[in-house]
Amino acid sequence: MTCLPAPGAKKLGLVIDLDTCVGCQACATNCKEWNASGHSAPLPDFKPYAAGQEGVWFNRVHSFEAGEGEAGRTVHFPRSCLHCETPDCVTVCPTGASYKRAEDGIVLVNHDTCIGCGLCAWACPYGAREMDEDQGVMKKCTLCIDRIYNENIPEAQRQPACVLTCPTKARHFGDLGDPESAVSKLVAERGGQPLMPELGYNPVNRYLPPRKKALPPSAPVEDAPTPMDIKNPLLRWMDRVLSR
Amino acid sequence: MNPAPSIVFFTTASGAGYGLLFWLGLLRPLGLVPGGQGFGLTALALALVLITAGLLSSTAHLGNPRRAWRAVSQWRSSWLSREGVAALATYVPAVLFGLGLLAEMPGLTAPMGLLAALGAAATIYCTGMIYACLKPVKEWRHPLVVPGYLLLGAFSGAALLAMLGSFWGDGAVPAALALLAGLAALVVKNIYWTAIDQAPPVATAESATSLGFIGKVRPLEPPHTETNYLLREMGFRIARKHAEKLRLLALTAGFGAPAALCAFALLVGGGMGAAALTLGAALALAGLLVERWLMFAEATHTVTLYYHGQ
Ligand code: SF4
Ligand code: SF4
Repeated sequence: MTCLPAPGAKKLGLVIDLDTCVGCQACATNCKEWNASGHSAPLPDFKPYAAGQEGVWFNRVHSFEAGEGEAGRTVHFPRSCLHCETPDCVTVCPTGASYKRAEDGIVLVNHDTCIGCGLCAWACPYGAREMDEDQGVMKKCTLCIDRIYNENIPEAQRQPACVLTCPTKARHFGDLGDPESAVSKLVAERGGQPLMPELGYNPVNRYLPPRKKALPPSAPVEDAPTPMDIKNPLLRWMDRVLSR
Repeated sequence: MNPAPSIVFFTTASGAGYGLLFWLGLLRPLGLVPGGQGFGLTALALALVLITAGLLSSTAHLGNPRRAWRAVSQWRSSWLSREGVAALATYVPAVLFGLGLLAEMPGLTAPMGLLAALGAAATIYCTGMIYACLKPVKEWRHPLVVPGYLLLGAFSGAALLAMLGSFWGDGAVPAALALLAGLAALVVKNIYWTAIDQAPPVATAESATSLGFIGKVRPLEPPHTETNYLLREMGFRIARKHAEKLRLLALTAGFGAPAALCAFALLVGGGMGAAALTLGAALALAGLLVERWLMFAEATHTVTLYYHGQ
C-alpha cells in the first residue's frame, strides 16, 4: 500500500552534527560496505576499475561553503534518506513497492515488486533514492533495518553502520518521536534543523547547525609562570631576585 | 530532467491517440465526421495503434517491464497507477465501439463512443497529474501543466481526425477544432513558458542544507568525482539559447503552421485540402515531440541544489 500509514509514535531517524563532521566519507563507505551484502544487496558498481566508475550509494557526503570572508565556513554535509513523515516518494509509487512502516516510520522499497519506474526518485526532493540499473529496482537507505533489530549481533552494534563508524561521533540514531530520547534532547539543545521544510515532506532526520566560531581574544595573554613552574634552580633564584 | 526518448514518444503518441479517440467517439455519434464504416474503423485503428505503441514504449522506460501489471494496484494514491487503470479501462469501450462499427449498430457505437471519449480524456488528465503532483520540480507543479496535456492531446487528435476525414471527403469539423486547439496551444504554451521563467525556485541551497543562517551557500566539493543516477536523471540541463530556439520551433512549426494549414484546408477543401491537413497533422506531431522533449529538458529538480547550488 502506498497510502501513508496513520502517523505512529515512533519515528526512527538520524541526527547529524554539521559542527563536528569532518567529511572523511567513513559513513558513506561503511554504508556501502554493509548494504552491499544486507537487505538491499547487491549494490551495483559499474566500471569499477575504469574511467567513469559509478554505483549506487545511500549516503553522499557533500562539502559546502557558507557565508563570506571571516564569517564564512566550510561545512561537510552527509545526505541520505530523511525518512520523512509525509513523503511523496511513497504515495506516487504505482505498485505499492515503496512504503512507510507504521511501527517505526522507516521508508523502504520492496525489491520484489518494484517495477523500476523511477517516479519515487523524481518525487524525493533530497535525492535519497538511486536506481539499481542492474536489477532494475529502486534502492535507498533502510536505516540499517537489518542491523537495528538484528538479534544476532551484540546489542551495542544494533545501530546504523554510518553511526557506528563515524570517527567524530557526528551521527546519532534514535527515536525522534520520543521527546525524552537522547537524540530528541540533542536536537532541542542544539537547535536541530529539518531540510527544505517548505516542501512539506516533514523530514524526521535533523541536522545540528555548526557552532559559532570561538572568537580570538583581543590581545594575547602574557605567559605568567609561578615560581614552582621553573624547574632550573639557578633560574628560580634569578626569578626571585628580579621579582623583588 | 532527463528527456528519456521512450517517455517523450509515449506521451506524444498516446496523447495523439487518445485525442483522436476522444474526437472520434464524440463527433461520430453526432454525425459531424464521415459516417462510413471504412472511415470509422480506420480512425479507431489508428487511435488504438498510437495508444498501444505509446503504452508499450512507456514500459521500455521501466527497470522491470515484466512486472508492469503491478502498476495498476495503487490507484488510491498514485496518479501513475490511475493512468494505468484509465488506459486499460478505455480499451473496453473503444473495442466495443469498434464492434459496433463492424456490426453497424448505432445503438452500440453511440454510447461506447462517448464512454471511450471520456476514458481518453481521463487518461490524459492522469498523465498530466503524474507530473503536476511532483513538488520538487518547479516547471511541472505549474497549474497549466494539466491543461497543456489535455489541450495538446485534443489538438493532435483533431489534426489526425481532420486528415482522415478529408480522405473520406469531409474533415471540416475536426479541421476547425484543430485550428482552434492549435491557436489555444499557442497561447497556453506561451503563458506557461513565461510563467515558469519567472516562477521563484521551490527551494534554495540555503534551505536544502539548513546553513542559510551563516550566509550564502555554495557547493565546494562534490561527493563523487564521476556522474551518478541522480545527475543523469535529475541533473539534465539544456542551454538557455537552445531552449529558446526549440520553443520558437514548437510554437511556429508545431502549433502555428498546422493551424494555418487547417484554415487553408477549410477554405479550399478537396485534394489540396487533404494534402494540407496531412502536412498539418505531421507537423503537429513533430511539434509535439519537440514540446514534450522541452517539457523534460527544461524541468529542474531540487536535488541539483546539492550539486550545483541552484
Ligand atoms: S528523503 Fe526522499 S526517499 Fe527519504 S522519505 Fe523523504 S522523500 Fe522519501
Ligand atoms: S521505482 Fe519502484 S518503488 Fe519507485 S515508484 Fe516505481 S515501482 Fe515504486
